[in-house]
Amino acid sequence: MGDMLNHNQLRQGTRVEIDELPWIIVDAQFVKPGKGQAFTKIKIKNLIDGRVIERTFKSSENVIKADVVDREMQFLYNDGEYWHFMDPASYEQSGLDETQVGESRLWLKEQETYLVTLWKNRAIAVLPPPFVILTITKCDPGIKGDTVSGATKPATLETGAEVKVPLFINEGERIRVDTRTGQYVERAKD
Amino acid sequence: MSTPVPVNTSNVPRIDAETWRPTASWEALAARARILQRIREFFVARDVLEVETPILSRAAAPDETIDPLGGAGWYLSTSPETAMKRLIVAGAGPIYQITRAFRAGESGALHNPEFTMLEWYHPGWSWRALMDETVALVQTILGAGAVHEFTFAEAFSRFAGVDPFADSIETLTNALPGPPPEGLDRLELLDLILTERVEPAFAALGGVVLLTRFPAERAAMARIDPGPPATALRFELYAGGVELVNGYQELTDAAEQTARMLAANRKRAAAGRAPLPLDGNFLAALQVGMSDTAGAALGVDRLVMLAIGAQRLAEVIAFPEDRA
Repeated sequence: MGDMLNHNQLRQGTRVEIDELPWIIVDAQFVKPGKGQAFTKIKIKNLIDGRVIERTFKSSENVIKADVVDREMQFLYNDGEYWHFMDPASYEQSGLDETQVGESRLWLKEQETYLVTLWKNRAIAVLPPPFVILTITKCDPGIKGDTVSGATKPATLETGAEVKVPLFINEGERIRVDTRTGQYVERAKD
Repeated sequence: MSTPVPVNTSNVPRIDAETWRPTASWEALAARARILQRIREFFVARDVLEVETPILSRAAAPDETIDPLGGAGWYLSTSPETAMKRLIVAGAGPIYQITRAFRAGESGALHNPEFTMLEWYHPGWSWRALMDETVALVQTILGAGAVHEFTFAEAFSRFAGVDPFADSIETLTNALPGPPPEGLDRLELLDLILTERVEPAFAALGGVVLLTRFPAERAAMARIDPGPPATALRFELYAGGVELVNGYQELTDAAEQTARMLAANRKRAAAGRAPLPLDGNFLAALQVGMSDTAGAALGVDRLVMLAIGAQRLAEVIAFPEDRA
């Protein structure tokens, strides 16, 4: 059994093990009638499948701290079923399936480094950096000089992601994308 | 050349760009100052005397669910109740106090381990008269509006569909929106139903809500009407679904008060909490004899929060727990 957390340590962002599964606390609420029992109500998101549930604990109860670490790992390749990552320090490899990779798959480029979440040494999730630079593999030809109209067109990136880009951008160009919003930021500066 | 002396910097506070700042706006802090002034004006106009009692004390009134902070044989007050009752026995007329109270482990949107409490007593009054005054005080700050009143049994029946005194543990459990922690007793289930079902319904009603006649086991220092069912002559005032005031027809019987404190300590021990020293000075005063008295406590931070439409105490406390 891992370290235990008391009710004061059940805060947003803390990762806990409940029902033998890892979760992250997305909301924590302390409730207590003035002359009554204190409870902590937490809303937790499953780190493996993303479902969100609520749980209530008495203030005297302890909750197991999830044995979860985030490690910088290099994306190697996708074999059609699993996305394979490698720890550049130990050369240890881990594979994630489609559910575990989730939305992050849109930003995975071979040889690049990502933050992989390991639960009990098993990879369960991957997070891209907030900004990535990717090459456009398909989009309509650029319109020279149009840098002010604000109009956009769809573009496909080397990872398969589709983003809206300004009209002046061309196929083959490298752009900076915000992975949290999926939005174009700027032309990559080389 | 002299060898540089190694300096231990681990005790130097982290210099952070943001955490030195107050979490409350200047508007909120100004509202707070105005409300404190209006509370004082309210009591001055009614000839209620402002008093001060120790924040630091050798005794802590044992309560089943409240843990004091302190050390080296001293406790920070969880409430000025026992000291103010000593003043009543010593011959005070009506008295009020605005002070800081401290409760370990209570932190959240509506809790801060250090908070500002208004506490006041009227010797010779009934709790009904005190309820009227409490409503007048709260409406002075929050404005006029509807006043609803329910007994504990009425509120649970109407808003959660259960009889808090007679229904089985299973029926009470089913009244909750989600599965509760395992092994809750009846009182703990009622606490949870209160916060999950009843308080949100109070918020939806608007105005202020008076909740009266709590189960006898939750009497704390209030007198008990033997019933049946036995109920505490105790009221809570809610505004916006937030518990704001707790008032009693005060227990004046020294023997019963001692028995309740010992019972609270037994329950504390059973729950793995340290027993607390009984307050000998308080119990001695009760033995001398306290007249029938009504008293109440109001959470000032919560009142300011409601008055300015804030959602969290951190919006009305300059430096809440994590910046204190």
